[in-house]
Amino acid sequence: MSKGLLYDATLCIDCKQCEQACATENGLPYDDKIAEQDFTSAYKYTTVLAKGDKYMRRLCMNCDDPACASVCPVGALKKTALGPVTYDKHKCMGCRYCMAACPFGVPKYQWDKAIPGVRKCIMCSPRVEAGKPTACAEACPTGATKFGDRDELLKEARQRIQDNPDKYLHHIYGETEVGGTSVLLLSSIDFTNFHYRDDLTQRALPMYTYQVLQHIPQFVPLFGTLLGGIYWITHRREDVAEAEKDEKKGGAQ
Amino acid sequence: MTLRDIPKMRFTFWKAVFLVIMAAGIYCTYLRFFHGLGASTNLSDQFPWGLWIGFDVMCGVMLAAGGFTLTAAVEIFNIKRWHSIMRPTVLTAFMGYLLVCAALMYDLGLPWNIWHPLIMRNPHSVMFEVAYCVMLYTTVLALEFSPIVFERLGWKKALSVVRSLMLVFVILGVILSTLHQSSLGTLYLIMPNKLHPFWYSPLLPVFFYISAIAVGLGMMIFESSMSSKYFGRQLELHILKDMGRVLVVVLAIYGILRFEDLLARGVLHLVFVPGYEQGLFLLEIALSVIIPLTLLLIPKVRNSAQGLYLAAVVMLLGFVTNRLNIAITGVENAVGGRYTPKWTEVVITAMFVAMGFAIFGLAARYLPIFPEEEAHAPADRLPESVSVELAEPVHAGD
Repeated sequence: MSKGLLYDATLCIDCKQCEQACATENGLPYDDKIAEQDFTSAYKYTTVLAKGDKYMRRLCMNCDDPACASVCPVGALKKTALGPVTYDKHKCMGCRYCMAACPFGVPKYQWDKAIPGVRKCIMCSPRVEAGKPTACAEACPTGATKFGDRDELLKEARQRIQDNPDKYLHHIYGETEVGGTSVLLLSSIDFTNFHYRDDLTQRALPMYTYQVLQHIPQFVPLFGTLLGGIYWITHRREDVAEAEKDEKKGGAQ
Repeated sequence: MTLRDIPKMRFTFWKAVFLVIMAAGIYCTYLRFFHGLGASTNLSDQFPWGLWIGFDVMCGVMLAAGGFTLTAAVEIFNIKRWHSIMRPTVLTAFMGYLLVCAALMYDLGLPWNIWHPLIMRNPHSVMFEVAYCVMLYTTVLALEFSPIVFERLGWKKALSVVRSLMLVFVILGVILSTLHQSSLGTLYLIMPNKLHPFWYSPLLPVFFYISAIAVGLGMMIFESSMSSKYFGRQLELHILKDMGRVLVVVLAIYGILRFEDLLARGVLHLVFVPGYEQGLFLLEIALSVIIPLTLLLIPKVRNSAQGLYLAAVVMLLGFVTNRLNIAITGVENAVGGRYTPKWTEVVITAMFVAMGFAIFGLAARYLPIFPEEEAHAPADRLPESVSVELAEPVHAGD
């Protein structure tokens, strides 16, 4: 069963316990200065944004069919069966196509290092594999970030909207965006207030490139035959022309 | 001072320029590898790709497209008239791909892992396919180029082996080029919500492929003109005139397709909305299609060496703008910011361009790139005997 996170912004109190727990889990420094950063980086994988008294988390959406994993030439990024999208720094060669391809701008780079790597939230993959919730969900004091089976969380999100139709925006962000994501978001105000785009395609992104790439094995023998055939025809004409020339010469003699 | 002295003096001037660029390049290389990408570039989490991918790689591969265009034309389509520029063109392509690979070592975060795609395969990744094609095509180009070296060394046996297999290399080269030239466009298909609608199109791979052919032809005109200027080589005007005509057709098809694509996707009206993207889009279209096409449609221009040279240079600049628009301009709005390369990035790029010119110059001096008998052949009529002789074997880089 694929796991997921449900973040309900109406329950969030901006205590930033999730940020703190995330930093601790990933061995990253965390202090007041870092807490104030309203963006994610190679050294901060999640952040709570505030717009007046409305809040919203940013973290890797851990897409069901992630663009980052599909574009990685060496398969350093992987979607695991349990939901997290993980990264193997030993495979990575640093082409940064994952960063260019991610529709949410999630993967970050260690620009300051001579031996850099990609960094992002991996939905606490080791914890999830061990049957534990993510660090952020465990740390959340109000239940705004909830860990569970994605299907169950989706049902619950629908129920919450149904029970309080005036409180919520009627949109579960991540249900269908780019084919669905493991992280689901609920909010009372428009997601675009927090730089979440509302015009993303509903299709899984990897199909956009794979529908072209998948034809290569068919294309190669066809195109090779075509080129060989053109060579054969263009040079045949020449042989014929030369033979005719010889014949004429022979006739004249 | 005689006329002959002028090119010599210019050569000394360019040598000085070359040395200055190389010295700066070595310092920037140190910055890049000892202090990381952050210290040596303006790349950021918003702009993971900049000048090195946009120009050195994307434009580098495009500018080296003459290799597959000409080998296909001469060996597959049997256009013998064009054979005499085969060697310099294959040299340019081979050198171009080597420089692209070298530039990639600067841009990759972990360049020592560049071999990883060999054993860690992800066939769903366009980058994986490009990596394989570029690797294999560089090998094919080395083989196509090898007869020139074997001839110089007098290795008759190796020469005959490579020659007997040349048709296979040529066909492989055309297939591999078709795949990765178009795939550089496919790379961007994964960004439907990121790349500006001027450039994001399901036809991106087709546009990249057609423009690579146009640029391949343009580079041959450019390089023949330069060779005649700096190496005292006879200008093959009859070949360049042919290419001018082919360019008219290729550019017209490209232009119509770009127009139809904008129309079909319902974004044609954006062309009339003033803005940052609009300006750079119009500049690109003017330079890559409208100006060169107009110039080449005028018989006087199309039939003169200077006219062809001008049209080719404008078109090359236009397609360079196109690649930079896709790599940089087209994503600026979506990621919310502007990217301008750092001086170190510009120096490294300049270094690779300078190395391109220098390697071509050295190869032209020490390798039989311009065979003697052809160099002195009158430009407009190739002796009958030569063309018949050329018909026999398949000689891509030969």
